[in-house]
Parts: sequence; structure tokens; C-alpha cells
Amino acid sequence: MQYEEVATTEEGNLVINVGPQHPATHGVMHLVITLNGETILKVEPHLGYIHRSIEKMCESLSYRQFIYSTSRMDYLSAHINNHGCALAVEKGLQIEVPERAKVIRVLMDELTRVASHVLWWGAMAMDVGALTPFFHAFRERELINDIMEETCGARLTMNYMVPGGVMADLHPDFVRKVKDFVAFFRTKIDEYDTLITHNVIFQGRMKGVGVISAADAVSYGCTGPVLRACGVKCDIRKLSPYDGYEKLNFEEPLETAGDSYARYLQRMRELRESLSIIDQLIDNIPEGDFQAKTKAVLKLPKGEFYSRVETARGEFGVYIISEGGLTPYRIHFRSPGFNNLAALDHMARGQKIGDLVAIMGTLDLVIPDIDR
Amino acid sequence: MFIVDYIKTVYSTCKSLLSGMRLTGYYFFHHKEIITQQYPDVRLVMAERFRGEVVMTHDEKNEHRCTGCTACELACPNATIKIVTKQELQPDGKKKKALDTFVYHLELCTMCNLCIMACPTDAIKMAQTYEHSVFDRNQLTKKLNAPGSKLMEGVE
Repeated sequence: MQYEEVATTEEGNLVINVGPQHPATHGVMHLVITLNGETILKVEPHLGYIHRSIEKMCESLSYRQFIYSTSRMDYLSAHINNHGCALAVEKGLQIEVPERAKVIRVLMDELTRVASHVLWWGAMAMDVGALTPFFHAFRERELINDIMEETCGARLTMNYMVPGGVMADLHPDFVRKVKDFVAFFRTKIDEYDTLITHNVIFQGRMKGVGVISAADAVSYGCTGPVLRACGVKCDIRKLSPYDGYEKLNFEEPLETAGDSYARYLQRMRELRESLSIIDQLIDNIPEGDFQAKTKAVLKLPKGEFYSRVETARGEFGVYIISEGGLTPYRIHFRSPGFNNLAALDHMARGQKIGDLVAIMGTLDLVIPDIDR
Repeated sequence: MFIVDYIKTVYSTCKSLLSGMRLTGYYFFHHKEIITQQYPDVRLVMAERFRGEVVMTHDEKNEHRCTGCTACELACPNATIKIVTKQELQPDGKKKKALDTFVYHLELCTMCNLCIMACPTDAIKMAQTYEHSVFDRNQLTKKLNAPGSKLMEGVE
């Protein structure tokens, strides 16, 4: 009914469904696009194809158990999601996390951010029609996956952060491998610039496309690189530092144009910033415990607890309401992808249909993060 | 002025394209930097901590370390583990709880490592296997303790 209504509002308008693909695929989204010729009049995202009700599931899991399920939301920033949950539980229990665990957590977060941005870079180039960069990106990401596999035991859904610290100590090879990777990857970012960033055809497709003003981006609730590309400072690592980010010396890169190219450049600059954070920490991992001593059964006191972290896509919030029992009364996750998607309609209006996929690419959407 | 701008744009476009093509050409002639794995012939050795599936360790006398305390069953978020216990008669005439069957549902397992962390006697560990596909899903429900196995002496 809804579709017919849109279709018949004006003579000559065309309604196109982009997606959904098969529900068993990993990221299924449905966009209903109203077109006039090739110009987009309206984009309407339809969600819910891979809704797994993770928030409801968490209500029946204990405070140790629910963390694993957040790896399945934004699977590219699995570490950072787990980190946010662990922080919320620690806030409730008032656990003091050992210094070593904090440094390990920040290192893992930044490696995850690099891996996520690298994958985004490959997918972004693929969205605008360049296939080879995807393989370049996967080659570099594989190295991070190997590092993760060695220390955390898994490549994608690590479940490495536990309340009170991390699950296991660093692998003896970790420091050497990360150093090798950072040195190797710095040369590869220059290759990325040669291949894509300086490419005039790519710039032509990105510059001035999908513009959103800072005020609009804020009102849509955008966070992360999408908002920072409009020139608004919103990095949680700077605004409310957690686990030792306040001691680090790093910049918050800001672009001001607010178009697709600014969002692209923003992420490329964040890649370099993440590498510099890893550089600062990798030689200064303090000795000590990797996990604080916690009780076998965790019980949060009655009350509400909120923690927020900066994932590769923006602000990720964990809101726990506890009644004092073994399981949370209610858990809510504030995922960055959902709000960034909300701005898609605003960005795409008046653009050509060929640019829609490019705009979606710069938003860096992870669909399971939107649907949860 | 239009002509100058036009020529400049054409020049910079060609330059950027050619520098990209040069990089592609470099990889075309440097096969060693290509990292394809010939999978079924060459199998990777997984990392020591890689979480493939839960297994129970047995020593050469076919003894395991599981006391049937169900700590792993309680720690599991997905009801992957089901422990069936039995009452065993001790030499001194007392009855004691012992493990009968350790049922493990691989199809439900998310490899989160919480059961291994919860185990007080290090009876279970993660194996580094990764080829889990089977034709019948019943084969994914496994019995982890070997037939005829007993509790190791000295494990409480």
C-alpha cells in the first residue's frame, strides 16, 4: 500500500527497490527509492531483515555471557563493542582494571579500527567500480586477522574483553608482529593514495556528492567519521576518554567539506592516526596482570549504567538497567550505523542514482549493526 | 583560459591513471607478493589459541579430568553443553557424583571460550580444527568423554 502511494504521488516518478538479497546473506537491507528520471527524490530504508533481537537475548544472559553477542552486531569492530560492554559492567561493579589490560585493550581497539577502515576502503572502491583495491585491502587485513587469531583465538568474533580485563595475556609474538605490520602498512597506505585517493575519476565521483551540513548531521544523530567530515569534534576518545586514551598523544583529524570525498579523506587520516597510537603503545606495554580478580558470579547493584566508546563507525553506547539480579533487567545498545543510515535520505536527495551506492559506501554501513 | 584548464585536467587525469596502472603493473610482475593459498592441498596450521571446537583431554590411561560440576554448562550462553551425571560407588562405600556423558552441541556453539575459562579442573580445551561441515546435523552433537573413560585420580 505504502509503495503505491509513493508511486502515484506524481506523474512520471518511478519507484525502485534496491535489495533485499537473500535473507541468509550477511547484510540485507531494502531501500525503496523514488526516482524522477535519474534523480533521486526520496530514499526510504526498510530494516528488520536480519533482526536477531540481541538486546532481548541479553536480558536472559549473565553479565559475563552477554558480551559475546555484541561481537555479532558490528562485526568489523567486534573488539570495540566488547570493550564498551566490559566498561559498562566494570562501572557497575567498580572494578579497577590493571594497567596492562588497559593498554592491551587500546592496542586491540586500534588494530580493529585499522582492520575495519581497510576493509571499508576496499569496499568503498568496489562500490564506485574499482575491483582490485578490494584484494589489496584484504591482503593487509589478513595480517591483522592473523595477529588477532594468535592472541585472541578468533579472527572476527573475538570475545576477548571480559569484565576486569582481557581473556588471555598477549601472545609472545604479538609485539614483533604488530611492529612488522605497522611498518609494512605505512607503505601500503601510500599505495592506497596512489591507486584511489589521487585518482581524478574517483575524485570526480566523490567531490560535491552527498553533501550534509554540520547542523543536519548533528540533528540526524550522526557520529564518527561521518560527523567529523562535517567539521564537528565528536571523538569519544577525546571527549570522554576511557582506558588510558587521555594519556595518549593523538590528534582528532577533521575535514570540513561534508561531502563524500571529505568522509573518504577523514577515514584515511584516521588510519594514520590509529597507527601512531599503536606506535606509542607497542613499546610501552606495562608488566602486570592482564585481568583483575573478579567474583565467579557477577551481580551489578541496582541502578543504571552507561558507557560509550568510539568504534570505527562512531559512538557505541551500552545502557544497562540492573535490578540487582544475575541478569540485566534491560540492555540497550546505541549503534552508530543506525543513525548514520538516517542521514542517507538527506544526502541522496537530488543526486543521481549512480551516486547512491557511492554515498552508502562512504557511510560505512554494517547492516547487522543497524538491525541488531 | 578554458583551454588551459581543460588541458590541465586531461593531463592530471592521465597522470593519476598511469600512476595507478604502474602500481598494478608492479604487482603483475611481482608474483611473490601475491598470497594465494592452494587450500585443499596446502592446509594452514592454525594458531595455538585458535578456537575450533571444544574437546575433552584424555591421557594414555583413558582418564579425563571432568568431575561433572556443570560449571561449563552454567557458563555457556547458548546451552551448548549438557552434562549428564551418575552416582558412582566409592571403595569406602560412599556414593559420589561422577560424569556419565558430556554432550556437546557443535551446531549451537559460538566458540566464545567461556566454558574453558569456567572449568576449575582444566578438563576441556579448544581444539584447532576448522572443517566442521557434515551431511547430517546429528553428527554435530558430540559426546566428548571417550567410552570407558574414568576420572583421573587426584582431581577433585
